[in-house]
Amino acid sequence: MKSIKTNQLYQLTLTQLLETVREPSVLFWGIVFPILISIGLGLAFTQTSESKFHIAVVEKQPTQLDSLLKISAKPTQHKGQTVQTWKVTDKTLGNTELNFLYTDWKNAIISLKRGEADVIISDSLGQICYRFDPHNSQAQLIYMKLSYLMKHPTTVASSDQGRIEPLTLKGVRYIDFLIPGLITLGILNALMWGISYAIIERRNQKLLRRMVATPMKKSNFLIAMMLVRFVMNLIEAGILFFFSWLFFGITIQGNIGALMTVLLAGNIAFAGLSVLVACRTAKTEVGQGWINAVTMPMMILSGIFFSYHNFPDLAVKAIKLLPLTALTDGVRSIFNEGAGWMDIATPTLALSAFGVLCFILGLRFFKWG
Amino acid sequence: MHQIEVKDVIKSFKDVQAVRGVSLTIEPGEFVALLGPNGAGKTTLVEMMEGLKKPDKGEILIQGKNWQKHEKELRKIIGLSLQETRFTEKLTIRETLRLFASFFKLGDDRVNEVIALTELESKEKSFVGTLSGGQRQRLALAVALLNHPEVLFLDEPTTGLDPHSRLDLWNILKGLKDQGKTTLILTTHYMEEAESLCDHIIILDEGKILREGQLHELLDENSHNLDELFINLTGKKLNEEAQIK
Repeated sequence: MKSIKTNQLYQLTLTQLLETVREPSVLFWGIVFPILISIGLGLAFTQTSESKFHIAVVEKQPTQLDSLLKISAKPTQHKGQTVQTWKVTDKTLGNTELNFLYTDWKNAIISLKRGEADVIISDSLGQICYRFDPHNSQAQLIYMKLSYLMKHPTTVASSDQGRIEPLTLKGVRYIDFLIPGLITLGILNALMWGISYAIIERRNQKLLRRMVATPMKKSNFLIAMMLVRFVMNLIEAGILFFFSWLFFGITIQGNIGALMTVLLAGNIAFAGLSVLVACRTAKTEVGQGWINAVTMPMMILSGIFFSYHNFPDLAVKAIKLLPLTALTDGVRSIFNEGAGWMDIATPTLALSAFGVLCFILGLRFFKWG
Repeated sequence: MHQIEVKDVIKSFKDVQAVRGVSLTIEPGEFVALLGPNGAGKTTLVEMMEGLKKPDKGEILIQGKNWQKHEKELRKIIGLSLQETRFTEKLTIRETLRLFASFFKLGDDRVNEVIALTELESKEKSFVGTLSGGQRQRLALAVALLNHPEVLFLDEPTTGLDPHSRLDLWNILKGLKDQGKTTLILTTHYMEEAESLCDHIIILDEGKILREGQLHELLDENSHNLDELFINLTGKKLNEEAQIK
């Protein structure tokens, strides 16, 4: 036992671990925060809730809408104004509440500017005219719902018997898309902040310089940091997965060995990147800037919360080269598509090579003093 | 053979020449003070002796060995306390010492010894973040003493400490001096520290040695203490606030 206690790699790893677990913010940001995000987004995108839409009506002559509202809508109070509220029941897509406010053109435009209304309905020789920003998807949805209701008012009552067949296959829900992304984002953040920031802070405190003024092996210092982060990441990912299995029924459809391998490759990639980012600066403010500059674009572009396929084709090609994209796509394919060893071979090799290259470059330029 | 030999060393940072052709020798078991005001070049000179900075010109030998070829050997025989090192706040004193002891393959026995030597027994389970300035300096000294260093470098070990904590640290160093196994190089701008602890005093200013020798050799009828000597040499005071009455 004495030989282990006097082993510098053991002591470096132990002290790094103690330091990590004694920091309450690590537990919050590493474990509690991803769970809260998954609850928030999971509930937001998996619950069927009532959609409320606001429409400003500016008419000179009565239209078909007026006669329809007379039958279907009821006057209600909304923010001190009387509006005509039309509730459309739909068990599959969720209930819709359409609030029509009769007003003049000037106030209708003000409501639109303030986001209080999405669509203005006016008349053109007694015909309905929809006015809205064609790039506003909310307005597009109102237009489509409303124009359908106008054309087929009689089908409204039976819309809950509609022809929509809800798809309940595992892996197609938003939460199935989200959880693998949260796991990979957690790995990126934990390594960038846990290694990069810790190195910069130690350099700033002159602790790095103090340590290299001893016979400490420099590689042991970095290996200990990485080992601790790898273990912490495994625990954090495990807790997040357990939680999402318990509450959302998430399962791993693919090969668990392949999942562990691609996660390890992701850890290698971001550990290498974190050493490279932290190789020179001793100023924590500069370090924070660098870490944000590396993590933020990937967080936004790599398809963590929403698919990156909505970006232009050229951008998608570039996004696919980002290490977080490669890791997330790999992990997601194992979780949701049943991917195995062969499917993740390329991203695993690419991520590992990227990490090793960054690590070598980082060590080459590393400033210990 | 000299314990330390510094030969015509020069070191510059951009346009500032911090050390301008310094040469000196230090013998085994000697306690030497590098005395000078802030910016005199004390820290730069000591960090070159510690192998943490490379001289632009000149050579530094410790026990006849230079840093370029013998870094591994020299790291094992020196101990040091840097100016303003902050140890990890979430570790206890014992954990910090165990970590540094492992770099020298030393175990709990030596950790216990340095804890006792620096009188940190009652605080050994306290987190570094909760220690006072004096206790932190004692921890820095304990870390520096772990490997029974033959050469000990202390860079302004008592700066910012209250008189009581300063005296505590001096007593520990006096105990070390009595054992006679360690060579000490101490930078300070407190003349009392140099007078009280050191056999040999080197007065530095603007990167040059102004005067060196034993205390009685440096003082005369015009300079009754080191502060007066410094004023006579440079026309400025060494450090007004530092005197312990």
